Amino acid sequence: MKKAVLQLETLVCPSCSMKIEGALKSISGIDKESISVLFNASKVKLSFDETQVNVDAMKAAINKVGFEVLKMQVKE
Amino acid sequence: MERIVNKIQALIFKHKNTITFISGTLILVAYASSFLFKNDELFTFALIIASMLGVLPIALQAIQALKVKVISIEVLVTVAVIAAFLIQEYQESAIVTFLFLFGSFLEAKTLNTTRKAIQSLLSLAPLTALRIKDNQSFEEVSVDEIELNDLCLVKTGSNIPVDGIVISGSGVVNEASISGESMPVSKTSGDWVYAGTILDNGTLTIQTQRVGEDTTFGKIIELVEEAQDSKTTTQRFIDRFSRIYTPLVLLLSLLVWLLTQDIETAIIILVLGCPGALVIGVPVSAVAGIGNGAQHGVLFKGSEVVQTLSQVDTVVFDKTGTLTQGQPEVIEDYTYDDDEQLLQSLIVSIERESNHPLAQALINHMKDAAVLPVHSMEVIRGEGLVAQVNDITVIIGNMACMTRFNVNFTPSQQQTLEHLQSQGSSIVLVAIDQQLKAMFGLQDPLRPHVKEDLIQLRRSGIKSLILLSGDHEHSVQRVAQELGLDEAHASMLPQDKSVFIQHLQNQGKKIAFVGDGINDSPSLALADIGIAMGSGTDVAIETSDVVLMKSDFKHLVHAIGLSKAMMSNMTQNIVIAIGVVLFLLANVFLSEWMNMSIGMLVHELSILVVIVNGMRLLNYQKGVKS
Repeated sequence: MKKAVLQLETLVCPSCSMKIEGALKSISGIDKESISVLFNASKVKLSFDETQVNVDAMKAAINKVGFEVLKMQVKE
Repeated sequence: MERIVNKIQALIFKHKNTITFISGTLILVAYASSFLFKNDELFTFALIIASMLGVLPIALQAIQALKVKVISIEVLVTVAVIAAFLIQEYQESAIVTFLFLFGSFLEAKTLNTTRKAIQSLLSLAPLTALRIKDNQSFEEVSVDEIELNDLCLVKTGSNIPVDGIVISGSGVVNEASISGESMPVSKTSGDWVYAGTILDNGTLTIQTQRVGEDTTFGKIIELVEEAQDSKTTTQRFIDRFSRIYTPLVLLLSLLVWLLTQDIETAIIILVLGCPGALVIGVPVSAVAGIGNGAQHGVLFKGSEVVQTLSQVDTVVFDKTGTLTQGQPEVIEDYTYDDDEQLLQSLIVSIERESNHPLAQALINHMKDAAVLPVHSMEVIRGEGLVAQVNDITVIIGNMACMTRFNVNFTPSQQQTLEHLQSQGSSIVLVAIDQQLKAMFGLQDPLRPHVKEDLIQLRRSGIKSLILLSGDHEHSVQRVAQELGLDEAHASMLPQDKSVFIQHLQNQGKKIAFVGDGINDSPSLALADIGIAMGSGTDVAIETSDVVLMKSDFKHLVHAIGLSKAMMSNMTQNIVIAIGVVLFLLANVFLSEWMNMSIGMLVHELSILVVIVNGMRLLNYQKGVKS
């Protein structure tokens, strides 16, 4: 399991968080319980299994629901 | 195909503001042509275009929400607009889409203002560093590239990029971002420096110990960020509520349509039911309030903490040193010898050899005395010491020590002694040849303004102030009396303190435990709120709920006042939001003037009202001035 921190464009509506969370939940390999969307900081933090999924897939999923990902960081 | 759809979608989102502007202009054109030129065709045409254009970004967001099984506000608005469009209510559909878009534009703008507090903190975060290469030259790199043990060069005026140890050079560093203290601190080889602090003057070479989020500054930022997004129980309830609320509104509107066959009323209900202000109101208060705290050196660990702190009625201080400066001073001195200079020299010379806490105070008191060699010294534990200087035997100690050596007191000396005792001072006595030669009264002075600040605390609703101290009875009672504390208990061990706190909690009290955040961790954990005062150190951040970056009681007053202001602000916002929805819904049935556009207008206004109300917290300034 690794941890990822994704910096998104500035989020302005609280329902954005729900959409982003929903989009990430549908990806297998992400620990669903660990997903936290920080609305004010416009960040997503989560844990994932690096053998099943990578950050680019997360970026694509977030793009697909209409948000830009500015920066991605992976930690052990 | 999918890629093209995504591209178009991205394009639409990117130009949302332009779309809002065009749609607004089209609406103006429509009304101008209708009133000025009586051109009804152009009027209708412009409104149709405005509706179709305006609904695009809203509908796209609605579809995305539905894909992840969320019935969002956009879904309600999209359905309403499409329905209005189908029954040829072009005015309504155009104005509602425009108001919704314009409203979210204003929301974004105002939300950014509420976040400015944390952004000003973030702007202190170092971005680049000068990394020293093997051949002594240096290169500018992003801080992300710096690794453990890398050497960095810091020049005057720049941010220190990492936590590390100074290995060469010297300088003066402003550590306000970590300690809250604006007085610059001088740093030289072997000193620890923090990322996010500023080198006011000098040049330093530092060896990297911690980078990025592991630095103290990184932890402070993370703490504030997490806190701003953490949720109170109320807010979690609202979130759950709004999740079922939007589908309910959709159902209700469908039901009204089926029962009354009145499609217009059904659409109005869709628009009015939007929970916008309810969803945004509480987070706005949280972000503005927690941001205000961060700017004033008060770090809350979360909204839950704010809520609990606002209910606190009892403040417990962990030791005398929290209320006092922690350094005793001589406040009264009496000497009974003709050669006062020699007497002072004798005392200072002996005290220099001692590591007793009061010794330093005596040395500071008699700075100018000459230092003589001490031949021998014997310590009598708990009482004092006997020393030989210049063939003179000097006894320094407490009353017990004087009794042991049969030292005589004149009646007036006896009186002075009683006077000092009644003050609660610590007393140091000096005797030579069984004659009392000097008497000193020492006290640990209170922190500046602490009395006024405690009065402020009481005004903000704290009912009792309690001191639990490990010190001796007399000094604890003096502090308690001077400050007017409700209770003060001396000679307490850490486990006594936890038992005491448990006891208070059993009586139903809500307790904030104030200390340095390092000692007394059981009590800190046990209390409803643990407040660490005086440093943004890692330990304090880990163990406590609220961190006050500066050892100043004004910040405590600010923290408690701010927590109350935040909670009442959240309540106001909830009342405004629910009130507006109820008012609008009632008017659908009771009044003639209600329509979709007015409903949307009032809605967007109520969202702005709660945001602006939340923003008031940014200016909250009780106790502290920045």
